[in-house]
Amino acid sequence: MSDTLFHLFAVLTVACALGVVLNKNAVASALCLLVCLTGIAGLFVLLDAFLLAVLTVFVYAGAVVALFLFIIMLLDMQGGNRKPFTKSSIVAGAAAAGLLCTGLYSFLVRGHIESPVLATTKVGGSSLRAYAELLFTTYLLPVQIVGFLLLIAMLGVIVLSKKFENLEDIK
Amino acid sequence: MSAAADSFLERAPLELRDWAVQLLPAPLQWISHHLITIVAVLAVFGLFFAFTTVAERKLLGRLQNRLGPNRAGLPKFSILPWHIRHKLFGLSQPFADAVKALTKEDIVPAAADKVLHFLAPVVVVGFSLMTFAVLPFGRNLIPVELDAALLYFFAAGSASELAIFMAGWSSRNKYSLLAAMRALAQLISYELPLILSVVPVVLVASTLSTSAIVQAQGAWTFGVLPHWFVFTPWGFAGFIIFLISALAESNRSPFDLPEAESELVAGHLTEYSGFKYALFFMAEYFGLTALSGLGVTVFLGGWQAPCELLYWVPSYLWFMGKLILMIMLFIWVRGTLLRLRIDQLTRLSWQFLVPLALLNVGNAAFWALTAQWSGPLQLVRWAVSAAIVIVPFLVIGRSLSAGYAPRTYRYAP
Repeated sequence: MSDTLFHLFAVLTVACALGVVLNKNAVASALCLLVCLTGIAGLFVLLDAFLLAVLTVFVYAGAVVALFLFIIMLLDMQGGNRKPFTKSSIVAGAAAAGLLCTGLYSFLVRGHIESPVLATTKVGGSSLRAYAELLFTTYLLPVQIVGFLLLIAMLGVIVLSKKFENLEDIK
Repeated sequence: MSAAADSFLERAPLELRDWAVQLLPAPLQWISHHLITIVAVLAVFGLFFAFTTVAERKLLGRLQNRLGPNRAGLPKFSILPWHIRHKLFGLSQPFADAVKALTKEDIVPAAADKVLHFLAPVVVVGFSLMTFAVLPFGRNLIPVELDAALLYFFAAGSASELAIFMAGWSSRNKYSLLAAMRALAQLISYELPLILSVVPVVLVASTLSTSAIVQAQGAWTFGVLPHWFVFTPWGFAGFIIFLISALAESNRSPFDLPEAESELVAGHLTEYSGFKYALFFMAEYFGLTALSGLGVTVFLGGWQAPCELLYWVPSYLWFMGKLILMIMLFIWVRGTLLRLRIDQLTRLSWQFLVPLALLNVGNAAFWALTAQWSGPLQLVRWAVSAAIVIVPFLVIGRSLSAGYAPRTYRYAP
């Protein structure tokens, strides 16, 4: 049963990931991305990482893809019917894919996943509490740094998107 | 008390399900267990939706000093030798409406994105039905018991925003598109106070599971005062913020700008007709019912009885009763208040509800920290908590309305 579901979600995820890249229409691409992320959430559920699955759907479906759509709308009302690939994008894409494959390969060959956390975290009722405790004790600094980065990104977007006539407006 | 919890009426839905399961052949039983739950939820809330529309039209009619629909009766069956003349108070109106919607022509604009245009109503109904999965309808009646039920609820609920966008975009109509953007702005604005209003409950009950939240509210002072979260200062403030945000999230009046039929070209629904339009309509009522159900679960004690003497009444009846009261409240609000402008709508959310909801989270943290205080300190606790609710409300409210004179009407007294 779970094997069938795994294949189902895996095929869905890969097909929609291809759809994101190959689609000529930006809006359809964004919606493909959404389905792709839902498929990933399904894979997380199969791994019993329920919280991660819900958060993936919550953050991406609720916020990120909606913002993508907003931005596509703001930049180009038609959604665009341009070529999916240009020469430079093919080169950049191939380079990125090569790097990713090399990284994955070296990780699989040399790395070993040490996960004392996963081993001790129970899947039952206490998993949320365990997540929260880890986030606010062991990994407090990374969480704070990521939060601070996000804050800076948000302020940066406001500064970039707002057109200032002169320096007086900033004050 | 445990006798009441195990009484026949309390267990009746479960017994009925188990009886239905054992009727089926053994290989099908593992899946039929869930299928029966799904069918039961669909049937109950489908009917609930049907009668909500009648109740709404009738109540709005009464509020506007007219009768409302009272004509639809039983169809004239030719097999019957006589015709039942009773109109049934117009209660069969939703079924007549359903037949009308099904037989209407389904018009798809020539330039529309056919797939998305078809998918949008399906997605919006599907996701709004998914939210029912984590609501505890009774003591033993919860479709899926989840650890992170509240997160799941909001995750499934947030997908309806995308469906609205899909509807607006795929219609290839600029009014639809603009309206979809407007609706998206509204839904994203009010998602924040909606979730922040529930956070205090999570903080005090220290769980995200809906059934555990209901359990946490199951006690009475002197056997009459229930320990529902709405009867605490922070819970009351949270409930009011939740109510306002729920109104906006489900596109109800006074926040029904996304589909203001009378002046804003029906929004993202402009190019929808027939049954697809009915599906959007249905999803809206499902969303309203689910949000009311969440409000009942989180603030109004869920299936808990209001006093100890009434403990013997089956828990699902209490849930239904509270749910109906909430829906009635929403209908009453619709009949009473005027529609807001878009700038008023977003200002209310960002400048008023979000700060109050954030302060309310702090208030709940104070409440959770002072749980051990007793005697006169308990009074101090209540006073401080009430002050944290009332003072910001007055200060922010005053400062926001400063500079605005009371509204005057030119042609009305």
